Amino acid sequence: MKRSLPIFVVLAALLVAIAVANPYFLDPPAFLAFVKRAAPLVILAAGQYFVIVSGEFDLSVGSLVTAEVVIAARLIDGTAAATWPVMVLLIALGLLAGLVNGSVTTLLRVPSFITTLGMMLILSGAVFLWTGGSPRGALSPQFRELGRGSLGPVPWSVLILVVTAAAAIWAMRADFGRTLVAAGDNDRAAALSGVRVPRIRTIGFMISGLSAAVAAILLGGFAGVSAQVGQGLEFQAITAVVLGGVVLGGGRGSVVAAMAGAFTLEALFTLLNLYGISGALEPAVQGFIIIGAVALGAVNFRRRRPAVA
Amino acid sequence: MTGIGKSFLGVRVLQGVDLEAAAGEVHAVVGENGAGKSTLMKILAGVHIPDEGTIEVDGRSVEFGHPVEAQLAGVAIIYQEFNLLPERTVAENVYLGREPVRRGLVDRAAMEKATGELLRSLGEKSFGPRDLVRRLSVAQQQVVEIAKALSLNARIVVMDEPTAALADHEVELLYTLVRRLAGRGIAVLYISHRLREIFELADQITVLKDGARVTTAPASSLDAGALVRLMVGRELDSYFPPRAAGPPGEALLSVRGGGNDRLHGIDLDLRAGEIVGLAGLQGSGRTELAKALFGAEPFTTGDMKPRRPRSPRDAIAVGIGLVTEDRKAEGLLLNQQVRDNAVLVARATGRPRSGTDRLLERVRLNPPRPRQEVRLLSGGNQQKVVLAKWMTVAPRVMLFDEPTRGVDVGAKAAIHDLMRELARDGTAILMISSELPELIGMSDRIVVLRDGRIAGELPAGPTEEAVMRLAAAS
Repeated sequence: MKRSLPIFVVLAALLVAIAVANPYFLDPPAFLAFVKRAAPLVILAAGQYFVIVSGEFDLSVGSLVTAEVVIAARLIDGTAAATWPVMVLLIALGLLAGLVNGSVTTLLRVPSFITTLGMMLILSGAVFLWTGGSPRGALSPQFRELGRGSLGPVPWSVLILVVTAAAAIWAMRADFGRTLVAAGDNDRAAALSGVRVPRIRTIGFMISGLSAAVAAILLGGFAGVSAQVGQGLEFQAITAVVLGGVVLGGGRGSVVAAMAGAFTLEALFTLLNLYGISGALEPAVQGFIIIGAVALGAVNFRRRRPAVA
Repeated sequence: MTGIGKSFLGVRVLQGVDLEAAAGEVHAVVGENGAGKSTLMKILAGVHIPDEGTIEVDGRSVEFGHPVEAQLAGVAIIYQEFNLLPERTVAENVYLGREPVRRGLVDRAAMEKATGELLRSLGEKSFGPRDLVRRLSVAQQQVVEIAKALSLNARIVVMDEPTAALADHEVELLYTLVRRLAGRGIAVLYISHRLREIFELADQITVLKDGARVTTAPASSLDAGALVRLMVGRELDSYFPPRAAGPPGEALLSVRGGGNDRLHGIDLDLRAGEIVGLAGLQGSGRTELAKALFGAEPFTTGDMKPRRPRSPRDAIAVGIGLVTEDRKAEGLLLNQQVRDNAVLVARATGRPRSGTDRLLERVRLNPPRPRQEVRLLSGGNQQKVVLAKWMTVAPRVMLFDEPTRGVDVGAKAAIHDLMRELARDGTAILMISSELPELIGMSDRIVVLRDGRIAGELPAGPTEEAVMRLAAAS
């Protein structure tokens, strides 16, 4: 927990900065709107965390989100009755994509960087082929309710986020999570202690796929159907996780900090927006953050290590 | 070399060592594992800088800050693991980094011609300068290394266990090569454990023990027995817990005719309550045997009871545990807490893990802080965490590969006591150690491996000479 403290300080500072620029920001409705906007990224970051902490990467979640939204629009095509079956299908697709990523990475020993990069290209190619460039069909109002609507004053997205976060925290405290971290810290030692490393890493990928499905359902409702809806989300999610102090390569960092990293990124974008700085700068800002955070982590780690063990 | 001394992290590995090698002489440097042979040679080759002492080459005093300086002064070292680029040709490897140049381009023709001459001068006809190193056998690659040394006009060639990776018929070729080098007036420093080759080749023998020189003598003045006594001659000075009182119980693990790439015809029984020591030189297959029993590098032939494990997980299910030789690379999650490490096996295999804190007390973790990250612990405490990891699931058979390597004296005694306690509680134990006094002090019986086969078995408390003779004879 000591290691993840800085991100909470940064997040708090950013929230204060936003509140200074916009005094209404901390009012419940405005703040809930912020959380709602952040929810998909936070969920993706939580999913990405499970992959990164096990020592891998998942670059495919952005295109997976796009593919899911486009498929949902096409299959539902505005009919209310199709909503729930399609949602179940989306979840299954997310898990399947993770299963493929995980199996190819662990059983065929393709580095996950390549596996998921390939999956990203395959999915975006498939979407393009299937839609011919512009998505067809439409989401039903029932489908969009989850991303847009609310239960009383609380948006559905926020509720889903809370449930997701609780599940993620619980999973990381359970044997599953501890073993996943063990595989990320030292897969050789883990395997020699009886951990089924390929299996547990594959489950990590499946959780990431699942988080992409949930994010897609929220984003489809929130932002509507487009062929760009998931663009760049994989890097936002990885940036968020790294920003949370989770170490690339696995074994260190907490899921709470990873989610806080996502909130921080979203807060930063909000702040830039408030000061009228172009949204076009967002990728550049992300680039600086991801390099800076990793460099900082490396410097800290070296300093903390005993000189020679 | 005169009065060479060297310490690593405050541990003295060499002290006042003198070594003199004459031109045209084959000079064997021998000693047990850890006697300081490799460190001494690395100092000569400029890899390590000595804390004290001087080095002279051809009568000129030299100081090497870097291996390249040693090379330029005429010292070449040929390691057990070759430093060759597999995808390059022989000539490219020989002249790596100092290729002859003509008009700004590498002069391949000159390079290949010179390499060809070197190979011919070594009597090597089985391959040429344009062959890819990848396609050469280990013995041929060794010739490339030697050619490289010659191309540097080496005056002193150090060979570190050159026969370790060679087949029998290749060893003869190496002998010829070594004699040829000496015939050219080169001083060959020959490091080996194998008594036969030492007496076959060496003119002079220097014996190192515990970082100091015992003696330098002409090979003709010694025989195998005398040499072994010089290498190990020391008293059992430390205390070991008392051996098992009664006879061992039933066999909890049996292997008949177990074999794989590295092991052949292994017959072994591990019985309840017994500590079996596994002795052998480096490369004899000790670690491989432990890994085979544990299913990490399984036997491909033979029978094993209760069953032949297919994986470590399977072995754990059968009731086998392995404390690995390299605890940082294979034993621990360095970034995790003591507690997470201690329960890892139980967690991975879904078994109960009550009383972790009590266990950490039992292994005498000091101080017992279950939330501390393991990488911050001393070597001894780290090893105790590894022990706790296995004790949580109480395997019936425990394999210990170098359980006290790199731990302090106190932790060592604690680990010894624990091993004996486990045996008393009915665990069958296999212990590997390169430290003969430890192995002899702990074992109820010692099995000696040589070249992947069981060379023999000795009852409790044999002499070091007896073990070494079995391990090194050929």
